[in-house]
Amino acid sequence: MAEYLIKNGFVFDPVLGIKGDKTDIAVKEGKIVESTALSNPQVIDAAGKTVMAAGVDIHAHVAGPKVNAGRNFRPEDKLFTYKAGKGAMRMAGGFSIPTTFKTGYEYARMGYGTVMEAAMPPLYARHVHEEMRDTPIIDEGAYPVFGNNWFVLEYLKNNELENTAAYISWLLRTTRGYAVKIVNPGGTEAWGWGLNCNSIHDPVPYFDITPAQIMKGLMDANEYLKLPHSIHVHTNNLGNPGNYETTLDTFKLFEGEKPKDSFGRSQVMHHTHVQFHSYGGDNWGNFESKADVMMDYVNAHDNLTIDIGQVTLDETTTMTADGPFEHHLTELNHLKWANRDVELETCAGIVPYIYSPNIKVCGIQWAIGLELALMAKDLMRVFITTDHPNAGPFTRYPRVMKWLMSQKAREAQLDAMKYGDKVRDATFISGIDRELDLYEIAQMTRAGTAKALGLKDMYGSLKVGIEADVAVYDYNPETAEDPELIEKAFGNAAYLFKAGEMVVRDGEILGNGRKRTLWVDVKVNDNPQVRRDITEKFLKYYTVSEANYEVHEEGYIRNPFRIEVDATQ
Amino acid sequence: MMETVTLTIKKQPELRLEAEKITPDAFAGKSAAEIAELPVFEGRETATLGTYFDVAGKGGETAAETKIVVKGDASRVKYIGMKMTAGEILVEGSADMYAGAWMEGGKLVVKGDVDAFSGTGMKGGIFEIGGNAGNYLGAAYRGDWRGMQGGTIRVKGNAGSDTGYFMNGGTIVVEGDVDVHVATHAEGGTIIIKGNGKSKIGGQMVKGDIYVFGTIDVMMPGFVYRKDVDLEVDGTKATFALYEGDMGERHGKRKGEVIYGKIYQKY
Repeated sequence: MAEYLIKNGFVFDPVLGIKGDKTDIAVKEGKIVESTALSNPQVIDAAGKTVMAAGVDIHAHVAGPKVNAGRNFRPEDKLFTYKAGKGAMRMAGGFSIPTTFKTGYEYARMGYGTVMEAAMPPLYARHVHEEMRDTPIIDEGAYPVFGNNWFVLEYLKNNELENTAAYISWLLRTTRGYAVKIVNPGGTEAWGWGLNCNSIHDPVPYFDITPAQIMKGLMDANEYLKLPHSIHVHTNNLGNPGNYETTLDTFKLFEGEKPKDSFGRSQVMHHTHVQFHSYGGDNWGNFESKADVMMDYVNAHDNLTIDIGQVTLDETTTMTADGPFEHHLTELNHLKWANRDVELETCAGIVPYIYSPNIKVCGIQWAIGLELALMAKDLMRVFITTDHPNAGPFTRYPRVMKWLMSQKAREAQLDAMKYGDKVRDATFISGIDRELDLYEIAQMTRAGTAKALGLKDMYGSLKVGIEADVAVYDYNPETAEDPELIEKAFGNAAYLFKAGEMVVRDGEILGNGRKRTLWVDVKVNDNPQVRRDITEKFLKYYTVSEANYEVHEEGYIRNPFRIEVDATQ
Repeated sequence: MMETVTLTIKKQPELRLEAEKITPDAFAGKSAAEIAELPVFEGRETATLGTYFDVAGKGGETAAETKIVVKGDASRVKYIGMKMTAGEILVEGSADMYAGAWMEGGKLVVKGDVDAFSGTGMKGGIFEIGGNAGNYLGAAYRGDWRGMQGGTIRVKGNAGSDTGYFMNGGTIVVEGDVDVHVATHAEGGTIIIKGNGKSKIGGQMVKGDIYVFGTIDVMMPGFVYRKDVDLEVDGTKATFALYEGDMGERHGKRKGEVIYGKIYQKY
């Protein structure tokens, strides 16, 4: 395998505390090594360029049945986007819901090396893994959804922590899942009755348990299991004016809790796409930003991490396991709607959405996402996402970086809005002169996300011994003035090395890498009751047999990467 | 100064040819030799326009100053005039699918027939068809809710099914008959049918106007007769029966009054 010496670049590494110093990075046998360990390296001249660890995305909807249903019912999203295969690349297309191939290529071109699929319906885990297998270059993992699962609701109602933990262990192993995802806890199940849970204390019909009990119980189980990632939450009441109170109530559930894992994460709860959960006002007329309240809380509590869910002002496709929310959305915009129930586990809805710069509410949403990042004190705990594709496609990350790094670019966007002044009045964005630097961007997109995922010893840094996932961008932080250069450079990596292999050069895909799928195998003590419950539920309720449910590594996963955890003690 | 480019087909493609570059916009400022080098697609193969057509003349300085004449049988050539913004195209015979699709301006005249999805997503300009139109004339692209938004389509002969599917604006005049499904899901625009309609006219229509001079086999049950009105429609003065619907759909309000889709049938 080739050795590389990446010379004279401006290196940004929050783990090593390197803030743009010229440092040489040595790559050998897939790992970062001391440059003295190289014998005959190929030298990469990174002079005048920015060097970082490859990006790690903590939350994106990139594979599985709802992504594919979105592709199927939005042919117009593909129109004029297809490119014929060339070299290492296969034919690829799509804008907000790209093909699996385009997903891999576009992440690589942005210098990303790892992406987490944010919501895997366990029943359709096989489909999720099939799509991840067909997504080249990037390492991936998937979060199975637990917040509306009948086993979980029943165990937690009876405060059966060990049974909940044993079930999580079984489901992670069976679906080859990575973490515990919670979407609209209880509300998605209530949707089966045509209802919803609009606060964390609304009881779930039939099960008679509250979203607060579900989230707290799953956090306890997650820490009991000492999983690499914390629970990953999308709380109730998403997208509604005045919902910031529900979000704060959710945050407060975890006050004083400490992580018990040995992977080095600091949080017990990751809350995703907080932009969608930070709304004031009580209708769309007096809709306003509550980013200040949210960030006051987040800044003061270091056991939480969040990602922003930045609105990118594009035409996109919303898709979530928050079924009632998607119904609410189609009633608002009158565009087509897909809805699917997933038996004992979850559901999903899909609606196209246009975040128009000419609509005041969309402008306010755009401002809130940026405010969350710009008001953050610790960017190791606040991450860039677009909740792809819900607030916009992931391919806009470079544009989000531009907005975060340049007040000029933000003001230009506000000026381009039809109701820019009304957006300024309802938000804080115009009064914020903070401009993030590349060190902070590296925290938000690599070091912080890798740590929160429990993967700090694999990704997110350039320290010796770690995976050689290295991105080089044609961006000179000492001379660059035009903010457009940020968007251009971070969307067209000069180089991406994935596990030591050069897969991107000058924005072109050179190879398909050796993509891995990460999953967590947590060992618990044998639990005959949970085994019996699983058998019974498959016999009584599931439309498939237990034997046809498991994701077998052979056939479904090309390069499985198993992370072992022992929770028997 | 107006310049004319004449394309004469010399080789029929084995598969249907996709020739989205046959537009005044793509030809403007180019010589015959440069135009002959423009790409076309036959299946998965990329070829040049000159492989299938003899090119004579040259493009004008701008699209508005460019006229294209297509001679010979172009009934296997798709996308003629796609996205054109200005200038003129005259197809002396027939054209294949997607003629004038997403057209924004200028004039496209096809003396013969056009196949399905012609005028899809049209935003502006004039599109005249001397013969018959296929299905989905002036419709939306598959999946899209933004159909024809502006401009005028006139068909001397008949149109197929699904005319004006998801229409949002503009005008379609069919001088002959139409097949089933007219203005399905429409939220605006005008369709004038001088011949006969069949059934499912205005299904799931939210807004817009349909005029039918001849018969309607089956009126949609979601449409309600309101009153008789005297109108002049495309040069014809007559009394029409006004129906409103589709009652199964949501409808907006203007000045407190609910705005429905309207079907006017001539007595």
